[in-house]
Amino acid sequence: MVVFNAGRSPFDRFLDLSRLSELQGIEEDATHVSFGALTTFRDMEDCPAVHRHLPNLVKSARATGALAIQNRGTLGGNIANASPAADTPPSLLAYGAELELVSSRGRRRVAYEGFHRGYKQMDLAPDELVARILVPKPQGLGFHFFRKVGTRQAQAISKVCLAAYARIEAGVVAEFRVGLGSVAPVPARARHAEAIIQGAALRALPVEAACTELLKDISPIDDIRSTAQYRARVAQNVLRQMLGELAAV
Amino acid sequence: MAEKILLRLTVNGEPRAVEVFPMARLVDVLREDLKLTGTKEGCGEGECGACTIRMDGRIVNSCLIPAIQAQGSVLLTVEGLATGEEPHALQSAFHHHNGAQCGFCTPGMLIAAEDLLRRCPNPDEAQIREGLSGNLCRCTGYVKIVDAVKAVAEGRPA
Ligand SMILES: Cc1cc2nc3c(=O)[nH]c(=O)nc-3n(C[C@H](O)[C@H](O)[C@H](O)COP(=O)(O)OP(=O)(O)OC[C@H]3O[C@@H](n4cnc5c(N)ncnc54)[C@H](O)[C@@H]3O)c2cc1C
Ligand code: FES
Ligand code: FES
Repeated sequence: MVVFNAGRSPFDRFLDLSRLSELQGIEEDATHVSFGALTTFRDMEDCPAVHRHLPNLVKSARATGALAIQNRGTLGGNIANASPAADTPPSLLAYGAELELVSSRGRRRVAYEGFHRGYKQMDLAPDELVARILVPKPQGLGFHFFRKVGTRQAQAISKVCLAAYARIEAGVVAEFRVGLGSVAPVPARARHAEAIIQGAALRALPVEAACTELLKDISPIDDIRSTAQYRARVAQNVLRQMLGELAAV
Repeated sequence: MAEKILLRLTVNGEPRAVEVFPMARLVDVLREDLKLTGTKEGCGEGECGACTIRMDGRIVNSCLIPAIQAQGSVLLTVEGLATGEEPHALQSAFHHHNGAQCGFCTPGMLIAAEDLLRRCPNPDEAQIREGLSGNLCRCTGYVKIVDAVKAVAEGRPA
């Protein structure tokens, strides 16, 4: 709507999805919490199952715009808008989310990681819609972390956003995923940094090695909001903070 | 160009119907078609909150809503806050505490403040600032606005 208001939309025909009941609702079963694409940020903030199982998504939602935006903006729109600075994608990556895509040709289920192919490029055909977002419920002892760094608390686009999820087993990091925003052309996993931490003992986390490896995961740029150098440094700082909290679990 | 649609709304308790283009912005429908000019347009892109109204129980930026998505909705605008000649407690408090200077942000501020107090009747200062964080004011520096909301929350006479 912002692009349309500014007269910059190349389109003159629109499809209103807002009343499609198939795209609505948050559902929970034994293994997943699944979100209709029309789930608003506010719906996530108000849902006890999301608080209990996926607290990073509540934090992502609260960090998005301000209340009036949270009341209207949808999770499906946040994904399909394909901004590298969006605030729910890092959490979805950290939780290993999947997408269900629909068209008149049928349905398919894809890992969210890999959905963004390049800047504003998606694994989404012109006739496909994002129908649902499926997020596996973390099992066992979990550690959840989300932090957005912006200019002010509300209505600020991220300069750096980092979400992490770790499963801890007998004092060891048994499962570990980090999602990053605003530091690459697409929302991205921190695969190199993750590999350093995966399998490490909480009491001896190789924090500095992970921070060094993180530079291989990101390709930040200079733009109106920040510089590449600032983003790289802050991404490392936030990773260090997160690992400090993980070590203290 | 698309054809106009008959848009039916309940605005400040009254049923209204207007013919508008489906992609007309709700802020324009309110101001131009329904002549309710209390709602302001600042930025037209969801940043400033001057166009804040309540739609089906939640505050929204009316500049970001195409008319078609408001079909059948129940709206509250600043014109609906007062009861007859009696201003809403928030309006009196904004007046008393000088919470309005140029006044351009005020309609949106009042709607956001009313929403905050319905969700959270006893907000602390941080909650007030969070509740109003989508509403920008270029004049007051916010302190007087926060004072006004606090006074109403604490039931102090304006
Ligand atoms: C003032 C302001 C502040 C903001 N702040 C933030 C912020 O801090 N963090 C953040 O992450 N975002 C922010 N946003 C961005 C915005 O809120 C989100 O991207 C929002 O989630 C979009 O959802 P929507 O339903 O309005 O999508 P729309 O704007 O309607 O759609 C966005 C795009 O996605 C496509 N689309 C929508 N739904 C689907 C679907 N189900 N399947 C396929 N394609 C679809 C549309 O065709 C369109 O191209 C902000 C926006 C504004 C205006
Ligand atoms: S005019 Fe709608 S938010 Fe600024
Ligand atoms: S009083 Fe002028 S913008 Fe708030």
